[in-house]
Amino acid sequence: MGASQTRTEHKYQDLADKTGFSLEQIENLHKRFQQLSNNEETINREHLDSIPSLANNPIRKQIIEAFFDKRNQHQDEVGSCEEIGFEQFLMVMSHFRPPSLKTTEEEKEAMRKEKLRFLFNMHDTDNDGTITLVEYRKVVEELLSKSGDIGQEAAKAIADAAMLEVASTNVPHMDPDDFYEGITFEHFEQILKGLEMETRMYIRFLDVETPTLRCGKSTS
Amino acid sequence: MQRCGYVHLWLLGSVLLICLISGVTSVKGDVALLHQESHLKPLSEFKSNLNQTEQGNGSRVITGISIVTFKWNHVKTPYLVALWILVAVLAKLVIESFPSVTNVIPESALLICFGWILGGIIWAADLQQTFSLTPTVFFYFLLPQIILDAGYSMPNKLFFTNLGGILLYAILGTVWCAATLGLSLWGCQAGGAMGALDIGLLQYLLFGSLIAAVDPVAVLAVFEQVHVNEVLFIMVFGESLLNDGVTVVLFNVFDAFVKLGGPRINAVEIIKGIISFFVVAFGGSLVGLAFGLLVSLLSKYTKNIQIIEPGFIFVLGYLSYLTADMLSLSAILSVTFCGVSCQKYLNSNMAESSVNTVRYVMKVFANGSETIIFVFLGISAIDKTIWVWNTGFVLLTLFFTLVYRFIGTFIQTWWLNQYRLVPIAFIDQLIMSYGGLRGAVAYGLATMLDDQRIKEKKLMIGTTLIVVYFTVILQGVTMKPFVTWLKVKRAAVAEVTLIEKVQNKVFEHSLVAIEDISGQIGDNYLRGKWKIFEEKWMSRFLLTSEARKKQDYIFNVFHQLNLKDAVDYVDEGERRGSLEFVRNESAFINFKKKLGDEFSEVLPDIMAAASDDPDAMRRDPVSSVSLQMHEKTMQGTRETEDIDAHHLLQQHLYKGRKQHLHRYSRNHLDINTDDNEVQEIFQRTMRNRLESFKSAKMGLAPAKTITKHTKKDQQQKMPNGKSTDTSKNYYANNEGFELSEGDNASGSEASGGSFPFRVNYKAGAGIENPTFMPDPDPMAPMQIPPWQAEDEPDGSTVSPSQRAQVRLPWTPTNLRRLAPLRISTQSTDSFAQADTPASQEKDKKWPPPPPPPSDK
Repeated sequence: MGASQTRTEHKYQDLADKTGFSLEQIENLHKRFQQLSNNEETINREHLDSIPSLANNPIRKQIIEAFFDKRNQHQDEVGSCEEIGFEQFLMVMSHFRPPSLKTTEEEKEAMRKEKLRFLFNMHDTDNDGTITLVEYRKVVEELLSKSGDIGQEAAKAIADAAMLEVASTNVPHMDPDDFYEGITFEHFEQILKGLEMETRMYIRFLDVETPTLRCGKSTS
Repeated sequence: MQRCGYVHLWLLGSVLLICLISGVTSVKGDVALLHQESHLKPLSEFKSNLNQTEQGNGSRVITGISIVTFKWNHVKTPYLVALWILVAVLAKLVIESFPSVTNVIPESALLICFGWILGGIIWAADLQQTFSLTPTVFFYFLLPQIILDAGYSMPNKLFFTNLGGILLYAILGTVWCAATLGLSLWGCQAGGAMGALDIGLLQYLLFGSLIAAVDPVAVLAVFEQVHVNEVLFIMVFGESLLNDGVTVVLFNVFDAFVKLGGPRINAVEIIKGIISFFVVAFGGSLVGLAFGLLVSLLSKYTKNIQIIEPGFIFVLGYLSYLTADMLSLSAILSVTFCGVSCQKYLNSNMAESSVNTVRYVMKVFANGSETIIFVFLGISAIDKTIWVWNTGFVLLTLFFTLVYRFIGTFIQTWWLNQYRLVPIAFIDQLIMSYGGLRGAVAYGLATMLDDQRIKEKKLMIGTTLIVVYFTVILQGVTMKPFVTWLKVKRAAVAEVTLIEKVQNKVFEHSLVAIEDISGQIGDNYLRGKWKIFEEKWMSRFLLTSEARKKQDYIFNVFHQLNLKDAVDYVDEGERRGSLEFVRNESAFINFKKKLGDEFSEVLPDIMAAASDDPDAMRRDPVSSVSLQMHEKTMQGTRETEDIDAHHLLQQHLYKGRKQHLHRYSRNHLDINTDDNEVQEIFQRTMRNRLESFKSAKMGLAPAKTITKHTKKDQQQKMPNGKSTDTSKNYYANNEGFELSEGDNASGSEASGGSFPFRVNYKAGAGIENPTFMPDPDPMAPMQIPPWQAEDEPDGSTVSPSQRAQVRLPWTPTNLRRLAPLRISTQSTDSFAQADTPASQEKDKKWPPPPPPPSDK
């Protein structure tokens, strides 16, 4: 854990510019990263999988996969990698960064899109731009798997119903011959409007290790 | 549930309508009359006294028996109470029948005005104020149900998410308002702004504390009409709810100080006061929690006394109020938390009808007493004896309450925004400050002042009333334009959608996961942990096993939405005179065309999609025309369905259905208490309708002759997708020759592994309507009804082909989720299963459908 000190401030500055985190936050996250990776340079799926508090999360798989998904790295690549370095780790984390009051409307809009894109990618496993029914069912099944009393079939029915909703809201006049191929990103955006994702998709990243609850944004 | 809701609404509506028709023209007169009657009370009382004495004397002397006697005194109190309730409710009725007025002026303000008028009439009749709101009536009979309702219908998640902020405003904000107002008034008095008043610093602080109470009744009344965004709403509402409790506590502390007298207050007493403040507040909350858990626990065991099940929450809620009051803890906080803590468990434990009952009765009580409170607030003002005017005092109080509310809110929000991830916007702060309406709690506390020690009690009451009027009427009226003008973010009035709920859950889990991974302990982390704890422990202790099953929120939403769609469906159908509208959509014919065109490619998709419709036919052995094709995809589910169907039939049809005995029973509201049966009847009715139209739409050939039921060759289908045999069946259909037995047989074959007994059952299936095969034996292992057999080994059934699952069918767009209900006939989830059998019975009820339209 102490190894983080070997990194130079300059290196962090670079990351800070890229991800928007403050230096302190990066410092903190780096400590966490090394803790997770046992002081290795990279992190792999097992490392994340073994986080104890994650054990109860029904969509653990999707989340972990998101970390290794190249689409979330702000590069124009697709596919997933076996292990990621700290920079990629930060990149993924940066999707959950709260805005400060200084961010402009356009920036906010961009952030919102990015956040949605992250969620969308979590569902769209084959990166074809749509969440197909199969993909969606998979997520819903996982999601409901922890509730125990809902069988796979019920989960499937719920996924189907949800999908139909999207279909009927977004393509209100479908020809009988049409099929709803899947949720596109635009539709995804549309349906999640009501959730006010942009005001909620935040994690408090601490500046300092002690929970003094400062989150690095300017005061009003 | 929705259905019930509609029924209730309808009932309510019709009652109102009747009242309206019969009364609206004369309501005003009525009201006035009622009033006359009630203010004539002293007079009539007097008379009746006379009567009674006369009678008393008479009975001694006179030998005759009077046939009718007038005994006003016997019924006086309850009669007056009932009359008052009637008057208040009628007033509300009249007011609400002018929506254009209530759009501009909030109802609470109108009710107060109405109170003034009534008060005027009473005054004119009696020349004194006979009626006024006494603290006892207010605190013990009017307030508890309002607070209970508020707590019970509190959006828990929102509340706890913003609890930090709410507590800050409720505690610090109240103390701030009380202290600053008291001190400022005292300062002003010392500066000579108000003339000579006999009020000391402590009394001022006491007054400040009572006037600091932002009133949930008033706030709710106004904010419910404005629809601001949810964070703002919960902030103001949560604050007002909690700060009532805080105010009462604060009031009591200062009251104790006043009693103690200035000179004897030292540091120890002050510290004691502060400690008592916290003890009272948190103790009250704890009492409430305890009662809430008690109610939840009780509701676990009320299965057999469903009829009084809804009563528990009211009795125990009230008891929690009284208990806390008895222990001199905060009664308001107690009943708030009682409601907050029990709502979830109660809602899942109780039967749906009870849940509805609780909800409605709660609203009736709360709304009724709210109305009465406002009317009385108006009436109380028309009383010369309470008015002692001191312009300086009144104006300064008004000014300071307003100004300090703003200052306090801004300071606290600024502080809060340091820590909030999503800061509270400036405009929201403005509205929050402006929404600091004072109400009946302040007035109730003011009337509780001890006029021995506080010489200017009357002035204080009068001033409180002025503040109440000012805030409720003026601020209430201006609130809406203000909100519009400032472009405050409004609440999105959106329909609940399943996808949103699902996404929301995904989203929440992602947040928790990210926090876990990043090693941050934040709100999400805590919430996640609490959920796990709750699922593990709380649910186990407080929920019945069935309720635990239904616990999942998404599943509930799914259920509700399905019910709603079903109801909509029927409504829509009835509106059009029949359910035929589905027929016009011609979806099916097109499906079939598509089948023809892109046979091998798309077929499985369609099959899965259209599964339910063909299903219906296929199950109908008589008209087994066209639908074998989807057998591939459907076989797995079908067999389970068939088992269930058989079961249901066994249970409900082989034995005669229970007769509905129409009898009155105090214990049983619902004559037919067999859940399964009720459910089945409902669902079967629904199904019947749906399926029959579908079949009509599909155009079944009437009674193609049957049999050849063991086409074993057809069973060699490959379980995935586009098998050759699907196509074969398809063509076979078109020739109208091949029959559905093929798939019946195949279904049984496929299932053979997991349900050996099914083979027997199926063997006869082709010959006659399988549902009527008197072959109960093989079913023996299946005695668990489908809705209970959650863990049906559905995994063992042949899964539909991959492709088949990929797409969804086109559905009539006016039924957004009903289609999923139909799709879910494939599933083994409880309701889907319960309804599938219904369709199988349709051949009994419906004539054979018309011949098929030529689909080729």
